[in-house]
Amino acid sequence: MIDFQSIEQMLRDTEEQGLPLWENIQLSDCRQQDISREASWKKMSGLLEAMIQADESYREEDRSNSGLTGGDGGRMTRYGRQTGEDSLCGAFFSEVIAGALRMGECNACMKRIVAAPTAGACGVLPAVLLPCRRRYGLSDEALVQALYIASGFGMIIAERACIAGAEGGCQAEIGSAAAMAAPALVFLQGGAPGQMAQACAMAVKNLLGLVCDPVGGLVEVPCVKRNVIGAMDALSAAQMALAGIESRVPPDEVLDAMRWVGQSLPATLRETGQGGLAVTPFGQQYRPEGMEGA
Amino acid sequence: MNLFDIMGPIMVGPSSSHTAGAARIGRVARSLLGEEPREAELRLHGSFASTGKGHGTHQALIAGLLGLAPDDPRLPDSFRLAEERGLRFTFDTCTIRDAHPNSVLIRVTGKSGRTVEMGGASLGGGRVRVFEVDGMACTFSGELPTLVIHNTDQPGCVSHAAGALAQGGVNVATLQLNRGSRGGLAVMVIECDKAVPPQVVEEIRSLKAIQRVTCYIPEGQEATA
Repeated sequence: MIDFQSIEQMLRDTEEQGLPLWENIQLSDCRQQDISREASWKKMSGLLEAMIQADESYREEDRSNSGLTGGDGGRMTRYGRQTGEDSLCGAFFSEVIAGALRMGECNACMKRIVAAPTAGACGVLPAVLLPCRRRYGLSDEALVQALYIASGFGMIIAERACIAGAEGGCQAEIGSAAAMAAPALVFLQGGAPGQMAQACAMAVKNLLGLVCDPVGGLVEVPCVKRNVIGAMDALSAAQMALAGIESRVPPDEVLDAMRWVGQSLPATLRETGQGGLAVTPFGQQYRPEGMEGA
Repeated sequence: MNLFDIMGPIMVGPSSSHTAGAARIGRVARSLLGEEPREAELRLHGSFASTGKGHGTHQALIAGLLGLAPDDPRLPDSFRLAEERGLRFTFDTCTIRDAHPNSVLIRVTGKSGRTVEMGGASLGGGRVRVFEVDGMACTFSGELPTLVIHNTDQPGCVSHAAGALAQGGVNVATLQLNRGSRGGLAVMVIECDKAVPPQVVEEIRSLKAIQRVTCYIPEGQEATA
């Protein structure tokens, strides 16, 4: 359990302590877990390294067990390289989209990934962090600090709202990942903690209500491509926050709304494979055994 | 919950509940057995049964029984590894009353002939819960060092175990006790705040009424012993 019950409390405490936000998040967790700062840092660095390795492990020819997933990450990577700045989204965004697809596909194809916060949403953070690393020449140290920022906001989302699709729909998975990535991006751009909180709130708001309706109950369709919208959501929310734009609804109230929306979603739209895309004629072909009557 | 429940775990995809959690359940069963497994019967319940195939749940459970961690890249290949290591296994489906949708019953026999039966549920995010050991209901998460003690239902067993832990400076986090019948077999499950030193385990074993002590240590916590 983290010391902070709300974003407001986390920011206020950080200001009082006179510490950088990432450091206060780290210290708070070290106290709770009774581990040293060195051990914590080593673990977080390991996660960054695993994200980089996972991206490198992508193979375009890999297919998932169901056959539903594979190849799109490679397709997007090539298209991005061929079109460069002339493409609709430009070279940087092409790279982000390709990275999200590659990681989502790695997960579906049983590669080693980092759940952030879940396996289904594992593509969002690396999709924005790794292209930023290349573009701005960021140090591993800065990226690890950004992961602390992301986890700190993630903890409060988990406490105050939810991070499991079965509990709160896809907004809890892809939405949470975007809401963790957005403040991390603000941090890497030198933004203030208040702007990080705003980025988090706007990222949540813009995916509020997203349902979890996976075809066949598998973490593939639409999960892989939803990592793309999560990454885009994070980038746009961070960009708005850096411009000084604020969420009209305060960040903690946004998280409360997310919880409310999650609880209001019918079970058919919470990872049961019994609603939305899962029950389309296409989706029905992949309906798991024993769930025909459900 | 801590930061690394949010960021992480590092795991083989595609699902923290159906893959990483399944591997962890397999690993708990292996640890309770305490030796190299030779034969395993696994019965899948609920969502494990219906969507396990697409999630690699079967491979993950076997990987866990072989001692592989949820992030071991060999996880998808665990059936071949099982053949190499001489572990035979069968899968079936079942319905467990009031169980979590992601549940499995595992009966595993080791090279010495010792057998353990365990029911485990995967709760999401890779977290798991053991809900049954050798036919007795119990609850433990596998996140803390845990002792599973089989004893004859007679006075003094709990105080003997608790006394040994106190002597060894080990704080008890949770304690459960269940018995099959009066004077019959009882199972005591003690979750501890730190790994139980071997001499404390030996001390607990010294009481005649205590038939078996299994010491489960979570991944990565071995060093704190």
